[in-house]
Amino acid sequence: MNDFRIPLGSWAKAFVEFITENLSFIFDFVRAIFSGAYDVVDLVLAAPPFWVIIIVAVVLGMMIRGWKFAVGTLVGLLVIVGVDQWENAMDSLALILVASVLAIVFSIPLGILAAKSDLASKIIRPILDFMQTMPAFVYLIPALILFRVGVVPGIVATIIFAMAPGVRLTELGIRSVDREVVEAGEAFGASPTRILRQIQLPLAMPTIMAGVNQVIMLSLSMVVIAGMVGAGGLGQQVVAALNRIDVSLGFEAGLAVVILAIFLDRITAALGTGHTPIGQLLAGRKRRRQASVAAASAISEADADMKTPQFAGV
Amino acid sequence: MTQIVAEYAQESAASAERTASTSRAPEIAVKADHLYKVFGRRPHDIVKKLEAGASREDLAHLGTAAVIDASFEVRRGEIFVVMGLSGSGKSTLIRMLNGLLDATSGTVTVGDTRITGIPAAKLREVRRQSISMVFQHFALLPHRTVIDNVAYGLEVQGMPRNERLAKARTIIRLVGLDGWADNLPSELSGGMQQRVGLGRALAADTDVLLMDEAFSALDPLIRREMQEQLIELQAELGKTIIFITHDLNEAMFLGDRIAVMRDGRIVQIGTPEEILTDPANDYVAQFVQDVDRARVLTAGSVMEPVRSVVTVTAGPRAALRTMRDLQTSATFVLRRDLSFAGVVRDRDVLKQVKSGHSDLRAIINEATAVSADTALVDLVELAVESDLPIAVVDERNRLLGVIPRVTLLAALGNVTTATGELPVTEPPSTISLSVISETLRETASEGAPL
Ligand SMILES: Nc1ncnc2c1ncn2[C@@H]1O[C@H](COP(=O)(O)OP(=O)(O)OP(=O)(O)O)[C@@H](O)[C@H]1O
Ligand SMILES: [Mg+2]
Repeated sequence: MNDFRIPLGSWAKAFVEFITENLSFIFDFVRAIFSGAYDVVDLVLAAPPFWVIIIVAVVLGMMIRGWKFAVGTLVGLLVIVGVDQWENAMDSLALILVASVLAIVFSIPLGILAAKSDLASKIIRPILDFMQTMPAFVYLIPALILFRVGVVPGIVATIIFAMAPGVRLTELGIRSVDREVVEAGEAFGASPTRILRQIQLPLAMPTIMAGVNQVIMLSLSMVVIAGMVGAGGLGQQVVAALNRIDVSLGFEAGLAVVILAIFLDRITAALGTGHTPIGQLLAGRKRRRQASVAAASAISEADADMKTPQFAGV
Repeated sequence: MTQIVAEYAQESAASAERTASTSRAPEIAVKADHLYKVFGRRPHDIVKKLEAGASREDLAHLGTAAVIDASFEVRRGEIFVVMGLSGSGKSTLIRMLNGLLDATSGTVTVGDTRITGIPAAKLREVRRQSISMVFQHFALLPHRTVIDNVAYGLEVQGMPRNERLAKARTIIRLVGLDGWADNLPSELSGGMQQRVGLGRALAADTDVLLMDEAFSALDPLIRREMQEQLIELQAELGKTIIFITHDLNEAMFLGDRIAVMRDGRIVQIGTPEEILTDPANDYVAQFVQDVDRARVLTAGSVMEPVRSVVTVTAGPRAALRTMRDLQTSATFVLRRDLSFAGVVRDRDVLKQVKSGHSDLRAIINEATAVSADTALVDLVELAVESDLPIAVVDERNRLLGVIPRVTLLAALGNVTTATGELPVTEPPSTISLSVISETLRETASEGAPL
């Protein structure tokens, strides 16, 4: 019995070694792009004095959710400055933004594909399950080998971990568009792309935005793990606090993560429902009020459906 | 309303001319040829078994045979109604006509294009140009305003924005939604939403309109109004309409012809009157039992052959004799050219015969004459006013038939009168037979022999 062992692990290792040797140019290329994107976003966030960013965030909060939220944003961000985590917070925010945007860019087309083809859906579904349930640390190992220490393996692991709800909710949103409305498009001779563009995507938008919200939340939850592979930011602080059993540093860095999480969650959730001036702009013009009410209920259904935790891992 | 219809009809006619010049439109607008639709794992096997004579129930464990061997032709400009209970396959049938569902077997032809099995791009072309649809649950685009919904078909056809909005505005007036152009569908009542759906299909300006229970979500008043509007539109625009309903009165009111479906099969196709008066089987008979017959049946379909009739030239003695033989108290009188002149009563004729006059014209009563397509509901009033039978005449005023009160009542109550044993004669003689015979004998020497 002792002799019998399935060498899955060594196969995985051989596979990673194979692609490191033969496809390294691809990974170098990806690495260059990801770190370039990160550097630009980080520059925008971290270079200006903190109060500039805070003013922008407060104005954004005001426009999207109203003055109460703006006040909350102001207080929260000032707390981050007060515990001396501002720069780390901006580094983490940059990582979250880059990873989320990339995850969304990958996941929405995949979601559309899964919605349009049952076969694609059947193939994509288990892969997503795998990606989401495999402990996130595991991605770090090949990511480290392929992209070397730094912010890029953190971004890659985050994208893989955070993509799933984006794909799922896009598929769900498109599939739950009223069949008769899609048929109406077909009956008047509209092409599949026109139906997608003019009917399915607009009507699925609230659900897709719920997916975007989930992607951002999951990205946030990866901050600490990314910190372990040298991504810097708040994650690195938490890891350092863990190593030194430093309760005060751990608490302060952790609190900063929570504040970022709440801010991002409320902002993206509001964008999805379109209850706000900007949300309405995004969802359409003002007279489309009615549609967004339906949208709001669609989101809560979708939430219940997916049972994705709002603050997973934070 | 009518004026707008006319206005729209002009525009539409202009575009019709353009298409007509390129290809002469065929007489048959839509043709279904042995159509089958089976939902299930191996639909083709099921079709083979159905063709070999298996029944729908026999195969229920293998799949659902939603439409079985449906064949019909819809003529241009016709309102063709498909009627049947829930689940009888109406929606499945109509969805095959524009290819929303693929037929499992059989073919569909729209105009002169056979759409079964053609490439998707070609099919879209047919849908854009030739056949549009009004949906049961409206299926409006909820994120678009009324006018954008109405203009949708034109947008897909590639018409520039300003042009299509102008056209959509005409249609919005046509369907009575003035002032709602910039509202979202959700701000409209059900009836108004259905008008948007109708407007969207009309705007596309296709020859064929498919309507799947288009009026079933409307309250009775609006529904009636929409039905009348549809008939008006159809008369003006000459669209071919395939209309689905499970409401018999609606079917009878709208349909030039009706196809009755049962469990996936078309059990009878015919005019409303044929379906009512000559149901193909018990199912249809039962189905049509509680139709509002007074509105559907016409004078022509219930009239009896004329028995009691004389010509003016025959004179009073002949009239009296006819009445005696048939035991009626009145007889129809025809002029020399056989046109309908009126009715004479036995009392008057008797007097005339006794007094020796011989010109029937002096005593002719003007009688009610109606055309063959008058609805029974309009006859009831006439029947109340006079006890004389109602004459049915053609456009040249020639007597086609007669409707005694008994027949009218029987038709309304769905009772057969044609037992053949008792001639329906009404009103019955008021003067005893012996008196008539006596008079005829007494006067025999003076006039022509009996
Ligand atoms: N996509 C489908 N898959 C399986 N069965 C179907 C499908 N569509 C329809 N059917 C079945 O086909 C039969 C006919 O359905 P259809 O919708 O054509 O009926 P209908 O006459 O339009 O009824 P209603 O008046 O309720 O609209 C039903 O038994 C239905 O269950
Ligand atoms: Mg139906």
